Formats: sequence, structure tokens, C-alpha cells
Amino acid sequence: MNVPVILDRRRVLAGGGALIVSFSMREAFAQDPSAPVPAPKPPGSLATTPYLDFWIRIDADGGITVFTGKVELGQGFKTAFAQIAAEELDVPFASLKVVTADTRRTANEGYTSGSNSMKDSGTAIQNAAVQVRELLVAEAARQLNLPVENFRTENGAVIAPDGQRLGYGDLVANDMLHVQAQPKSKLKDPATYKVMGQSVPRVDIPAKATGGAAYVQDMRLPGMVHARVVRPPSYGAQLTECDTAAVENLPGVIKVVRNGNFLAVVAQKEFQSIKAMGALSAAAKWQETPNLPKQDELPRILIGLASQDSTIYERSDRPALGRKTLEATYTRPYQSHGSIGPSCAIAQSVNDAMTVWTHTQGVYPDRQGIAEMLRVAPANVRLIHVEGAGCYGHNGADDAAADAALIARELPGVPVRVQWTREQEHGWEPFGPAMVTKLKASLDDNGAISDWNFEVWSNTHSMRPGGAGSMLAAQHMAQPFAVPAPKPIPLPEGGGDRNAIPIYKFPNAHVVHHFIPSMPVRVSAMRALGAYHNVFSIESFMDELAGLAGADPVEFRLRHLDDARGRDVIEKAAQSFRWRKGQQAQPGRGFGFAFARYKNLAAYCAIASEVEVDRETGRPRLVRAVAAVDSGQVVNPDGLTNQIEGAILQSTSWTLYEAVTFDDTRITSIDWQTYPILRFNAVPENIEVHIINRPGLPFLGSGETGQGPAAASVANAIANATGKRLRDLPLTRKKIKDAIDA
Amino acid sequence: MMTLKVNGHDHQIDADPDTPLLYVLREDIKLNAAKFGCGLGQCGACTVIVDGKAVLSCVTPLLLLEGKRVTTLEGLGTIDAPAPIQRAFMEEQAAQCGYCIAGMMMRAQALLQKNPKPTDAQIRAELEPHLCRCGTHMRILRAVHRAARLMDTAELSPSSHGSTP
Repeated sequence: MNVPVILDRRRVLAGGGALIVSFSMREAFAQDPSAPVPAPKPPGSLATTPYLDFWIRIDADGGITVFTGKVELGQGFKTAFAQIAAEELDVPFASLKVVTADTRRTANEGYTSGSNSMKDSGTAIQNAAVQVRELLVAEAARQLNLPVENFRTENGAVIAPDGQRLGYGDLVANDMLHVQAQPKSKLKDPATYKVMGQSVPRVDIPAKATGGAAYVQDMRLPGMVHARVVRPPSYGAQLTECDTAAVENLPGVIKVVRNGNFLAVVAQKEFQSIKAMGALSAAAKWQETPNLPKQDELPRILIGLASQDSTIYERSDRPALGRKTLEATYTRPYQSHGSIGPSCAIAQSVNDAMTVWTHTQGVYPDRQGIAEMLRVAPANVRLIHVEGAGCYGHNGADDAAADAALIARELPGVPVRVQWTREQEHGWEPFGPAMVTKLKASLDDNGAISDWNFEVWSNTHSMRPGGAGSMLAAQHMAQPFAVPAPKPIPLPEGGGDRNAIPIYKFPNAHVVHHFIPSMPVRVSAMRALGAYHNVFSIESFMDELAGLAGADPVEFRLRHLDDARGRDVIEKAAQSFRWRKGQQAQPGRGFGFAFARYKNLAAYCAIASEVEVDRETGRPRLVRAVAAVDSGQVVNPDGLTNQIEGAILQSTSWTLYEAVTFDDTRITSIDWQTYPILRFNAVPENIEVHIINRPGLPFLGSGETGQGPAAASVANAIANATGKRLRDLPLTRKKIKDAIDA
Repeated sequence: MMTLKVNGHDHQIDADPDTPLLYVLREDIKLNAAKFGCGLGQCGACTVIVDGKAVLSCVTPLLLLEGKRVTTLEGLGTIDAPAPIQRAFMEEQAAQCGYCIAGMMMRAQALLQKNPKPTDAQIRAELEPHLCRCGTHMRILRAVHRAARLMDTAELSPSSHGSTP
């Protein structure tokens, strides 16, 4: 920032109202070390990246760019963020460009995860847009020497009282937007919204529907070559022998890279690299160690591992007067993210500066890991996010980025594209952790829950980079980086204990988290983390208790819930489903209901479902589902609906079909035959999503809110259809058939 | 060197005859729509149309394509002049990540060329080889129904395009 501009800005501020006061106060604090308490931080990610021009830039020609440190994963953020900025800036939606995570261009917003993006980045963009607009109005007021109150904004211009239009591009000067955000912004009255709250079509879909370059897989840099990695056949396998001479002589092969147990081949053309990978794989001899747990005994083994135990919730209001007591154990296997597009990355090392194009969820933490692996300063590494296929958490993206960087270092100047195979993605991605929950509860004379005990056993739910040791390439190098010690994710968000604390009010409750540091299978973050299994457990058990109490499941939930917004979504879903007390589905079918507030602090979601079970085969099919969701102020209703529809279908797939399989040495679910997921023959007839909009209330993340309720709703419907309760995920055709026959 | 007819144009391809069509389309002809999903014929992301039939390009070697007409999503329409199937997917917002839809659109296109008024059951059965991981299935089904209606209307219109590559 240069001096004349500062002076200029001060003059701007001299013409304004409330804005001046806060600016001068901030500057007073900055200059006076004895100043009392610093001003409160601005909201969302402005708290950590306060400069307005990190979020919004206006060019002299009026072009406006919105910057976010979050990434587009198919959730529609590019569109939603542009809607927010267009609304608060008063500019046409189509005039905005959105730039997503890039370590050279955008704020460090960590990972795009945990349904936090609207809350973090959406809030930052909204407040930045308001404050940018105010600065532009103040500048117009200064130029015309009139009070700011006399101006309004419209269509990318400040309008003077006499109708004169001062375009934003003409008003913006030098570093005018390089100022820190104020703690509070005068947000628009939601009743006046023109763009926010509308189902604006997604900006990314036209290219995706016409074969445009839309993904990192579609990038073609000049001189780009193709690499394939040959991964070990199992965790911990050691490369004992590899004659690379024959592979090096194959057509098109440029280089074989061997670094400890890291093995890769680079070729001119893609199919040449695939053939060479096959030959290299055949040449490599590995020593493997059988140290995977017995899959059939997984729950018992997990509970037997050493754990760090903590009571995360304790409530003891009055002596428990339980008359009837119920106990149950629920289990979840390891599950796969299963991206349709296996991970891919491109890296290029030019004059010792490494650039990586990647579909990572976190360019900054991933950069840190790659820099550490390459033993260079983070400033010498740039990560640029480019979309990939949907990831649903920590899949192979970061590993592929590290692979590309490690290989590209060997070929200075040359862009190297690494494409994982299907088998590598399925075999090496960090899985959603297996979990066990044990529940015990008692009912009092009135059929209400008088005490509640919940215990959950789980690994960590995040082994995401930060350090190099989280990445396969760094683990496999000759001088390897150790896998970092796993840590539980602290509450209130939590990891294995996410949503372990019940949202319902029970007079006595006790919740224990058994955090298991030892990880027999590679695990990390998968959509909703522990909330998927914890909500499945709690909401299945609520149905079991309702049965014991002879109560209707919806009524039973409402009996224990004070939260008014929670009650609203439950009532909305029940009503729209035409849920009736004492109802009975047609023969062979069942109704199910479930509810949760994601993380107990994000979006609310209730789902009613109807499931058909073929008694002869046990085959279950979701027939229809009705969801109600409250995610605060809605930005794009169709985008939200799309997320919830997707959550219901994906969670149904996890719940009915999915488990990672392994023998004592190797992962054996390595493609879509060995890891089946939902197909069109099991797609329901109808899914309805009802949104309860909360104008002006904070954005609540909603990308993961459906995962738990969908699972429990389907499980409860199966129990309703068959009269048999299944507690071990996935609820397969065979388990249902065995339960019916038992 | 072999001549491959893609989207109405002849391309001289210098690749081994066992090279799967997918890599020729993506690397030699620089088309984006056909996607690598599994390389095993299990997911449908690579689907293109060969002589009117939906084909998994990741398991179809170049040598089988001599003299045949290959159509990819790019051959149906453009972002400014989308074909009915493309318009339908845009209008229904039938994507989350969108990685799987190009393949689905090609199989749906092949179906609609053969059977302009498919039932819902026929559409579901036809899309059976295709996987979507985001759970966008309901919208994809709606989009195929919409495409059928759009094509029906387009046939009556003199300015129709894209439906019969």
C-alpha cells in the first residue's frame, strides 16, 4: 500500500458515516500498543484473511473477480459464491468470475470439508462484498461531494441523486480495496434479495454437458508426458528386486523412477505409460507381510485395541427410574469414497519451482506436505486446484499430487501427468474408518427415556496432509517420512465422536469416545466422518426404544426434542411423507424415519423413507424418500436440493451394499465388481426435498447433513418391513434374508 | 497409421492397434468428454457411440474401428448450440461433479435414436451399466425423459440439429 492511496482512502472515509469511525478506531489500535481490547474479528474466513481484496477484486474495466480458498467438488460453490457476491455488490450474476483455491492467488481456507464452506467462505464473501460496495459508494460521495446516504447502487454502478452512473471500475483506484474488513457489515435485508435464494443454474454444468475442459484430467500442457505409479501390492510391502532395463527400452518410455519403494514410469503417450506400468509391475518383486486384521472379527478386534477413552458428555438430572432397558451394538465396516474418476495430478518443476495442478481439497496443507517431501521451502511450491471427479472426502487426490511432484522433480521443465488406475484408487485410498457403537437406555413409566449410554470406538477421521508423512509417495521413498501420529478431531465438530452426543434431551446421559490410535487399515476423512455411523446408531436405537415404548417413531422423537428448528424439520418431513401414527405399509414394504442436526451445529435434516424388501431374496430397495432440511439462509435452493438428493442416494448405497474387503495381507475390493455400489435398478421412484428457509440466519453447512439420517431412515424402514432389526452395516441382501429366515 | 472417423471428421491416427479408443479420443484427437473411470468396462464413464451403438471406449481397441463412425458428446452439439440431450442435462441441472454424465448422455442418445419414446423402465435398464457416485440419478433420469421430449419437438422444427450424428 503506498502513502498517497492511504491518504486518499482517509479522505474517502472523511466523507462517510459509521464507516469512518470504525476505520479510525482500528488504525488507532494498530498504532497504539497500549490500546485496550482489540476489535472483534470479522465473520467467516475474514477473521483469518481480513483484507477485502483477497476476496473481491475490481478491474478498471469493471470486471469483478471473487476469490475463494475453497474448492468446487461438484457441490455448486462457484455458483453459490457468485450469487452471494452479486447480491451484496449489486452487480449482474453473469459479470462475476470466481477463482478457487490456488496458493498464489487465494486465501488459505484450509480444507474444503466438514460442510464448512458456506459458513467460512460464503460468509467472508458476503461481508466483503457489502464492505466493498460501501467503499465504492463512499468514493462516489467523495467525488461528487454529497452525503453517502444520497447514493444507491445498481447493476455494477453507484447512482447519484441526479441519476448519474459511476461505474465500479471507474470508481475503484489503486489499493482502495486493500483494507481490512470491519467486524460487522450492514447486510441486505433478505426480503430484498434478487439473486440469493434463487435457483440460479450452475456455472460449471454447460462445459460438463458438452465436453468442455472441466477437470484436471482434461488438462493438456505443452510437452506434457504421462506417468503411472506401480504401487506396492499391500501395506508395508518392500521392493526387493526390480530389473528396469527391459521397461526402459519399451516404446515411448522416457524414464523409470525408483526411490525406495516408490516406483513409477514415464512415457510420451498415455497408453505407452500403461503398457510400461504393466511391464514394470511384472518386473517388481515385493516382500509382503500379512498384518491385516480378520475381516469377520473386525468389531471385536477394534474394541480390543488400546484406546484413549474420554467422557464427552455427562448429564445427571435426576435418579434414573428405568423400568425397561435395551442394549444394542451397531457396527460399520471400512468404506470407500469410490470416486468415479481415479485421482490425477499434473506437476511441473521449472527452475526449482514446483507447480502442481490437483483436485485436492486443501491446496495450502497439501503444499506443506509436498514441500516437506521435496525438502524445499513451501514458497517454492504452488498448488492450483482444478476440479476432479467428486471425492466425498480424503481420497487419492493428495497422494496423486505428491506422486506427480516426486516424478516431475526427476524431469525438470517437463509437465508430468499422473493418472491413478481404478485398482489403485480402490486399493490405496484412505478409507472411511470402521466403527463400533454400544448403546444402552431405559424407559420410565411414561415411556420416556430416563437414561442413555452411548459408547463409540473409532480411529481418527482425518489423516489429511499437513506433513509429508500423510502421503503415500513420501511414505514409500528411500528416506521415508513416518506416518504422523493420529489425533482425534476436537469437539464440538468431532471425528469418531461427531454427532455422538445426542441432540435429544434425556435426564441422564453418558457418552464415551474410545479413540483408537492404532490403524490396521489406511483411513481418513469420508463424508460426514463419524456422524454417519453415530446417527445411524442413535436413530436406529431411537426406533428400537419407540417400539419398546409402544410409541410412534416420529412422536417419540418429538417427545425428547426441545430444539425448535429440529422439531420443524421433523414435522415437515413427516407431514410431506404423510406419516401417520399406527400406519402400515403395504405387504413387503416398511416405513422409516430419522433425524439429525449435522455436528449438532450445522444443517438440520429429517428423512422419511419407504423401503421394499423381497422376502424370497432379501433384496431391499428404497422406493421413495422425503427429506426436510434447514440450512439457515438458502443461497441456491436447487443446489441444496441436489446435495440432499445425492446424500440420500449415496448414503443408501453405503448402507445397503458397501464394505471394503481384505485378506490377511491385501485389500481385495479393488474395482466395481469387488466393491459394488448403487445402480440404476435400485434407484427409487421419487425423492422429495423440502427446504425450510431461514431468511437472514447464518449459512449452515449442508453437504453432509443427509448421510446419517438417510442410513437410519432406510434401516428403520427395513426393520419395519421385516420385523427384524439389523445393526451391522452394510444391510446386505444376504443379511436381510438370513434375518427373515432366522 | 490408420484413419478414424470421429464426429464426422477423418483423423489420421498413429497409435498401436491395441490402443483403446478412449486414449485415442482423449490424447490424439484431444477430446474431453469420454472419461477414464475404470479401464475395465465397469462404470460407463468412457461411453461413446460407434455406428449408432453405445460402446465402452476404454475396452474397445483401435483395430476394431476401421471404417466405423465414432460419435462423442462433442459431436452432438456445443455449449452455444447444445443438442437436445445436452440441453436436457443443463435444464435439469443433472450433475453434481458431472464426471459420469458424458457417458450416460451418449448411452441415452443411442437409446433415443433407436427408441424415441422410451418408458422409465427402459431408460433405467439402459443406464444399468453406468455408475454415478454423487447420487444424481433422479435428475439424470429426468434429463433423459426431457431429452426425449425435446427431440420429439426438434423433429418438427426445421432448425433441428445434433440429434442424428
